[in-house]
Amino acid sequence: MNSGQTPLHKVRGLGASHSGTGHFWRERISAVALAPLSLWFGYVMLGLAGTSEVTALQYLAHPWNALLMGAFVAISLYHMRLGLQVVIDDYIHSAGMKIFLVLMVLLAVLVIGGLSLFAIIRIAAL
Amino acid sequence: MAANPQRPVASTRPLSPHLTIYRWPVTMMTSITHRATGMAMAVGAAVLAWWLISVSNGPEGYDSFHAVMDTVPGLIVVFGLVWSLAYHFFSGLRHLAWDLGYGFEKKLAERNSVIVFALSFLTAAAIFAVFFTGHGGYLQ
Repeated sequence: MNSGQTPLHKVRGLGASHSGTGHFWRERISAVALAPLSLWFGYVMLGLAGTSEVTALQYLAHPWNALLMGAFVAISLYHMRLGLQVVIDDYIHSAGMKIFLVLMVLLAVLVIGGLSLFAIIRIAAL
Repeated sequence: MAANPQRPVASTRPLSPHLTIYRWPVTMMTSITHRATGMAMAVGAAVLAWWLISVSNGPEGYDSFHAVMDTVPGLIVVFGLVWSLAYHFFSGLRHLAWDLGYGFEKKLAERNSVIVFALSFLTAAAIFAVFFTGHGGYLQ
């Protein structure tokens, strides 16, 4: 399709990663979201420290708290994947190992996220 | 397997000075610590998932979590994670300020490096002080 852009214009600014500033920008957006969510998370964890299982269950069963905890977990894992990607890009120089580790990070994110969200939904539904 | 033709041949010529030769400025410490605390919190994410599952599993599940985490090694891990989150929070705010163009001058960057370290330790210590003096658990 003719977008009116020359091939040079399309590729300019994307750099060696072929993805431009998208990664950088998503990392910043998730960071901005995580700043207030982290304060809330710290407040909740200290508020539930040393209490019984029932307290934690009741607190997390509240819809707002379940939503906030779900958002904190999901955005944290998203941010974590972006961050670990940079670490892998910086330190791992063989293509095979790089692909392996990136897939391992994705797997970890999916497993941790799946388990966490399942637990949150289960608590909210109890 | 054939040798990679693109692999650089080891040279006996002198290298330019690298990481090991420089004095460690505090800004280097904050940068590395930001990355290290981020990686540490990947472990924290797994601990959080385990905690959420233990809560959803009823009293037995909750007790099994606390049987492990209420030990001295467990509390050391928790302190490490609390400090990591506090550090990554303050250091992250500093990075966001930098992205907006604030605080990047050499002297300012050095000064706010020290402030970030100090705030992170104070916050982690304050959270544990609140907990150990029995002022945690206020959501009961």
